[in-house]
Amino acid sequence: MSTSLGRRRLLALSPLLVAGGAGIGFWRMLHGMSGGSFDPHDVDAPVLNKPVPSFDLPAQAPGRGFSAAELSGLRAPVLVNFFASWCVPCVVEMPALLALPSMLGRPLPVWGIAYKDRTEDASGFLQRSGNPYTRIAADCDGRTAIDWGVSGVPESFLIRPGGIVAWHTAGPLSSGMVTEELGPALRRIGA
Amino acid sequence: MLSAILSPELGRFALALSCCLASMQFALPLLGAARRRPGLMRSASGFAAAQLLALVVAFACLVVAAATDDFSVANVAENSAVLKPMLYKITGVWGNHEGSTLLWCLILAACGGAVAAFGRGLPDALRARVIAVLGGTAAGFELFCLFTSDPFDRAWPAPPDGQGMNPLLQDPGLAFHPPILYAGYVGFAVPFAFAVAALLEGRVDAAWGRWVRPWTVAAWSFLSAGIALGSWWSYYVLGWGGYWFWDPVENASLLPWLCGTALLHSAIVVEKREALKIWTVLLAIATFSLSLSGTFLVRSGILNSVHSFANDPARGVFILMLLALVIGGSLALFAWRAPVLAAGGLFAPFSREGSLVLNNVLLCSVAAVVLTGTMYPPFMSLLRGQAISVGAPFFNETAVPLAVPLLAAMAAGPLLPWKRARMRPLLRRLRVPGALAAAVLALGAWGLQGVMPVLAAALGVWVICGAVADIAGRVGWRRDPRTLPRRLRLLPRAALGAALAHAGAGVSVLGLAGMSQASHRIVEARPGDSITVGGDRWVLRGVADVAGPNYDARVATLDVYRGHRLVAVLHPSRRHFPAQDQTTGEVAIHTNLISDLYAVLGDEHPERGTVVLRLHRNPLAPWIWLGALLMALGGALSLSDRRIRVGAPTPARSRSRELRTPALEAAAAE
Amino acid sequence: MTRKSRRLWLVGACALGLGSATTLALAAFRQDIVFFMAPSQLLAAEPAAGRTIRLGGMVVAGSLHEEHAPDGTPIARFAVTDGQKAITVRYAGILPDLFREGQSVVALGSLAADRSFRASEVLAKHDETYMPKDVADALRRSGKWDPRFGPPPSAASWNNMTAAARPATDRPVAADAPGAPAGRS
Repeated sequence: MSTSLGRRRLLALSPLLVAGGAGIGFWRMLHGMSGGSFDPHDVDAPVLNKPVPSFDLPAQAPGRGFSAAELSGLRAPVLVNFFASWCVPCVVEMPALLALPSMLGRPLPVWGIAYKDRTEDASGFLQRSGNPYTRIAADCDGRTAIDWGVSGVPESFLIRPGGIVAWHTAGPLSSGMVTEELGPALRRIGA
Repeated sequence: MLSAILSPELGRFALALSCCLASMQFALPLLGAARRRPGLMRSASGFAAAQLLALVVAFACLVVAAATDDFSVANVAENSAVLKPMLYKITGVWGNHEGSTLLWCLILAACGGAVAAFGRGLPDALRARVIAVLGGTAAGFELFCLFTSDPFDRAWPAPPDGQGMNPLLQDPGLAFHPPILYAGYVGFAVPFAFAVAALLEGRVDAAWGRWVRPWTVAAWSFLSAGIALGSWWSYYVLGWGGYWFWDPVENASLLPWLCGTALLHSAIVVEKREALKIWTVLLAIATFSLSLSGTFLVRSGILNSVHSFANDPARGVFILMLLALVIGGSLALFAWRAPVLAAGGLFAPFSREGSLVLNNVLLCSVAAVVLTGTMYPPFMSLLRGQAISVGAPFFNETAVPLAVPLLAAMAAGPLLPWKRARMRPLLRRLRVPGALAAAVLALGAWGLQGVMPVLAAALGVWVICGAVADIAGRVGWRRDPRTLPRRLRLLPRAALGAALAHAGAGVSVLGLAGMSQASHRIVEARPGDSITVGGDRWVLRGVADVAGPNYDARVATLDVYRGHRLVAVLHPSRRHFPAQDQTTGEVAIHTNLISDLYAVLGDEHPERGTVVLRLHRNPLAPWIWLGALLMALGGALSLSDRRIRVGAPTPARSRSRELRTPALEAAAAE
Repeated sequence: MTRKSRRLWLVGACALGLGSATTLALAAFRQDIVFFMAPSQLLAAEPAAGRTIRLGGMVVAGSLHEEHAPDGTPIARFAVTDGQKAITVRYAGILPDLFREGQSVVALGSLAADRSFRASEVLAKHDETYMPKDVADALRRSGKWDPRFGPPPSAASWNNMTAAARPATDRPVAADAPGAPAGRS
């Protein structure tokens, strides 16, 4: 009888264990969703943890253009940000990009790529909203963006030394995302 | 005048008050039941009534704010507009996250109030505990409403006009869909509370089964009607020509329904035979847990779909904690107390009990595969980082084969006697249904395409005839036909209701079989063109501009001829809502209950002078929802049975009141 | 009937039910799980004929053509690329309003024998009503959008919008604002 009672106890405990397991899973999903690392509806960024696709883009005023080789040759991490003057969320994102060093407590150069934009529009946009970029390239036909798997602007990619994409987000950067995700991602790559 | 009294501030105060009252409703009666203090136990009803009253006031405040266009309330500003018709101003209150959470709380409070009002026959301690558990759950949701989704938040400065609601939701079917669906979801809180109370008391007996059943039937009827209404809405509003898409949100409502259907049947075994007690308690907990988790998954955005509100992970964390408390707490209690519940009675496998066990096993298996298919993508994405999705084919290939034996057993189950059955009498009574089903099978094999539709048609007929045979056997159809109406009236309503619900399921299955034979065409047509779909000739007469109250529409006129006879004129349209800069398609449907003619207007190509049309012919489509309606009516009919009434010895005059279920109460309270 | 044999029956029934459920689910998982693939992945590892795939990528600019099937059904033909490979997609039906060349789409369907993709469903990735809450808030704060003057700009218009096209900014509206990116690439 005692073994049968023991078995019944185990059986009666199993729903709780299943629910608990599901609960932990849901908690991790929510955690990942609020941090941006988990999105059950997102399409994977094809370049994550891979070397940056090769490209060589011309300059966009008021900056200098750059190429994949230059990104790979860097000794420090850099944030590559796709933007466009016609994109409202890019306007929204600008303050966060400008305040990036103060929020992170360390410098992080931001290299911009103007996506499918007219050069005069893009430079006018940067004059009005402020220019957070160290270097700016123009991707007029959007081919580079396709190679990077950009699904819309803005999108940001954290490039670790050696030119590997370490972190990615689609959509505008916010201060919360900078402190909760970008910061930890930077620490993870040990830079 | 009304808006001066029922201000949003009063609403928020009433909501906070109801939360306090619900906490007391939780704590004091439980204490009273533990210490055997009759006064404390009886306070439960008072708290439940007061909490309900406070929430009615809170809800009324929000309705008044919406009806009087008070755009200083952020929720109204974001979801309403001056030009919106009055009906939708009011129903729009629950068309958004905050308002629907308040409605959810209101229905939960109404459940507590209903138990207080109709549960007079229950033992004091059980009633106190049931109401207390409902109070605890309500307190949690009211906290959620107050802290993460306050519907009474003010917007400053108040905009002169609101942003209007999603035009897709501006529809009479959808306007009443949430209250009915929520009455179903939340209604399962009552069986849940009964289960937790039984675990606390350490006793489950036949009386418990009798008390739990009507609440389960009521919630189940609402949920059936709610799901059917939602499916009907997606049929005629989304304009995809389908009725069920195995969308995660649809699955989230189907899961508690499957589990609740199993609970409905296993509670009968508890009541009649005192068997399956622990299982029934677990089912009651699982059903409500699935209701809660479904809502959580949709609101937090883990599951996403066309139906969902804007989602917010931060909100999700709060609900998850709430779920951990409610579900985790009840399952922990189950793990602790269930093993010591006394085991139940004996029965042979071939008996009424046996058939009900089969029903439970199959329903739970269906629920398990639906749950697996729904949760697999997010968990795979979490564990493996793999982007996959599970679509309709998965569910069709898993749930449908399990539904076949379920339907096959459905006709036979009610004909079996309790304890032990014999094969011969059963076969004799199933002669006619069997012959008819075989005839349909033969006819179908000749006339229908595909194996599943033929099988479904035969099973539908089998189930309907089985239900008729059940009633015919009970009423003694061979005896004097003059007294037949009287004998029918004397039949227990529960049996009539069960037969009606089973027949309803059969009708739905026939509808599904019919819909599998649907035909459609997408064409680009010029005015004057004629198109043939499923034997009908459609003629596009023209496309014109029509202005609506808050939209502009392009309306096409289509004549449908069968032979040379004009059978219908349809007007599918596209509405443009300038407030949201959004375009919706208005489907045109002509039905004669045997088949639907269904037309959708697509893009226009002015340069070519053409429009794109999608034309469907959907045989037996209305039967799907008609069957669900019959199921819900069956539930209502069996609720009117005196014997399954809550607290058996109630005076006869309250008979009509028994049909009033929580949502009706809520509706009346508004 | 003893208690033990009764329990055996119950356990047997449960095992049968859950067993068949598991078998069905596993069999269906093998066939019906829909994987998400990019065009290069799809062409590198061709799945079995009829296997449903979700294909994601960008619509190649200038690749959209409309055809008509013999029975008059309009068929949209366009190419989807992930930068490495492109694949032709055929879709009989009404394209979503937000479908645009140069934007990302997700198409549900299967690979045909001629290595083109037959889509049964096409979803444009950007939802028209999509406006993240923080974006809406920020727009409101920055004065780009004032709730008193109407609803937030729809996501569809973001692509056509110059920063100056909003009433609150300081530059006049450009006479020829850059069209949808698709038109210019």
